[in-house]
Amino acid sequence: MMERVPNEYGRFGDFGGKFVPETLMLPLEEIEAELDKALADESFKQEYIRILQHYSGRPTPLTFAPNLTRQVGGAKMYLKREDLNHTGAHKINNAIGQALLAKRMGKKKLIAETGAGQHGVAAATVAAHFGMDCIVFMGEEDIKRQELNVFRMKLLGAEVVPVSSGNRTLKDATNEAIRYWVAHCDDHFYMIGSVVGPHPYPKMVREFQRVIGDEAKEQFLAREGKLPDVIVACVGGGSNAIGMFYPFLQDDVRLVGVEAAGKGIDTPHHAATITKGTKGVIHGAMTYLLQDEYGQILEPYSISAGLDYPGVGPEHAYLASIGRVRYESATDDEAVAAFQLLAQTEGIIPAIESAHAVAKAVELAREMPPDETVLICLSGRGDKDVQTMMRHLGAREGEDIATVR
Amino acid sequence: MKTLPLSVNPPLFIPFIVAGDPAPDVTIDLALALEEAGADILELGVPYSDPLADGPTIQRAAARALDGGMTLPKAIQLIGAMRKKGVNIPIILFTYYNPVLQLGEESFFALAQENGADGVLIPDLPFEESGPFRELGERFGLPLISLVAPTSKQRIERIASAAQGFLYCVSSLGVTGVREALPETLGDFLREVKRHSRVPVAVGFGISAPGQVAMLKEVCDGVVVGSALVQKVEQLAPRLQAPDEREAAVAEFAAYARSLAAPLREAYSSR
Repeated sequence: MMERVPNEYGRFGDFGGKFVPETLMLPLEEIEAELDKALADESFKQEYIRILQHYSGRPTPLTFAPNLTRQVGGAKMYLKREDLNHTGAHKINNAIGQALLAKRMGKKKLIAETGAGQHGVAAATVAAHFGMDCIVFMGEEDIKRQELNVFRMKLLGAEVVPVSSGNRTLKDATNEAIRYWVAHCDDHFYMIGSVVGPHPYPKMVREFQRVIGDEAKEQFLAREGKLPDVIVACVGGGSNAIGMFYPFLQDDVRLVGVEAAGKGIDTPHHAATITKGTKGVIHGAMTYLLQDEYGQILEPYSISAGLDYPGVGPEHAYLASIGRVRYESATDDEAVAAFQLLAQTEGIIPAIESAHAVAKAVELAREMPPDETVLICLSGRGDKDVQTMMRHLGAREGEDIATVR
Repeated sequence: MKTLPLSVNPPLFIPFIVAGDPAPDVTIDLALALEEAGADILELGVPYSDPLADGPTIQRAAARALDGGMTLPKAIQLIGAMRKKGVNIPIILFTYYNPVLQLGEESFFALAQENGADGVLIPDLPFEESGPFRELGERFGLPLISLVAPTSKQRIERIASAAQGFLYCVSSLGVTGVREALPETLGDFLREVKRHSRVPVAVGFGISAPGQVAMLKEVCDGVVVGSALVQKVEQLAPRLQAPDEREAAVAEFAAYARSLAAPLREAYSSR
């Protein structure tokens, strides 16, 4: 039996905690106290579930992938369809939960950071739904990579603040969001998009994402009469993966997290934090991170803006350290191939983040017998990535996009 | 309570500069100039890639220093070099926690002690996370300076009672950087902190004008001036790095620091 985590100090084993400026300690304590009350409050849970159902369209389906299964020629492959959520990814689950908590605390102004833009869109969406203001910090590089999502956020009424420090990606957007929060913590609620940051965020986001795994477990049992043999999810900060894995942690199910290997984990251009990182503190939590020997944080790289993060949720660091979850990685090229494979076999365009999970799942399923099963967390849809794919495939194959197959 | 070597008498003028900004040898000259200008304690900032508590001015200074190859061990060794060149005032190392973790907490304290540091301030190591680190520091005779913020409220008593050396009060919500105005409630906050503190109470974040210093001298025991001085270093950087202009530039920096410290000295003599 695993120990219950996090403990009262927000620790998952050696990981987690609250490594933040003193100014934020009281706001964190307030959130923690209100979260505990909310999670114990039946009416809060009912409202959360009601909004998930009637606004976001949950439960999301569990889809068997017959063509992919046939083509791979191994275990049966299933997809948990978080891509079918309102706004196109699992991020909305957490955004709804945190907005409800903000409302409960009387805060009407939301702060969010975003990488791919999915969390920013989710935050902007719930802000509109609940009649709140929303300010989203986004790295200039990500703004270039995801201009469609930037415009979506603006359409939804959010203010998007370009971040020009560092590598101008998610790490820097998170720094800037935290700095803004330090200055405005009296009347703003910081809505973190992943299971990262200081306690109680990793726990809070897990609680608002576990609906993925809770639903999947019930659906899978109804469909197959047993639990899946393997579950695969992509890991940047790791919120879809924790949400999917958490309800299965006590079960006899192999859990595999897939990090972004970028141009390869033996090059400097990757975001494989658990695979290649070392222990340290980033964004208020003790976890694994990519850093140099002097503790300066390194810039990660991935084709996927949502996985392009030099840290990882402290609970993942813990699950890796105790060996409960295996963390592997997939390169840009493997993710792109999986993106095309799923699109062409099943008519489902996955987010490039989720395509990393598909790539590893295909590799695992191929070696498994046909009576075994693999469940993939399809965390988001790939409409936002179509332009990135055009650029990537065009550059790689040196041919007209129209002829790419 | 153990006696720690950082014994300082108010009113305190505590300037902050970044190690290696714009270059390590310039930092030594600036430290000498600050002591000459009346600094009671020097806060030496260690540049960090992701300084969560710092505004744009100190972020830029950190980037300049990192570009020049500054690291935590080199910053600590810079203190040793300052001692050799005659900097005698207490020096507090201001560093984020992650570089300390990578160096190793024991190695960090050992190196800091060996190079003549007098204390440590870690803005992202709050009270709850600091217990074992604080104890380790005591073994090396290096106090961990505690911070309180306007949001600390019921935490003030707990933090103040464990404070060593001096207690650093964050003036207002937000990161470091020059502010046009300090909050009206600052006086009440400082008086509340002073009620609980057995060590001198210094206030920092946003202090950039002699007028502010004059006002604050009435309600606390010292001021920390960071971004205003770092901004001055930024302005003077080209001249500080030109051999034939450095002396004049350092003198200009010293004059600026002296103007910020002046109201404290008036306070001292009139008491």
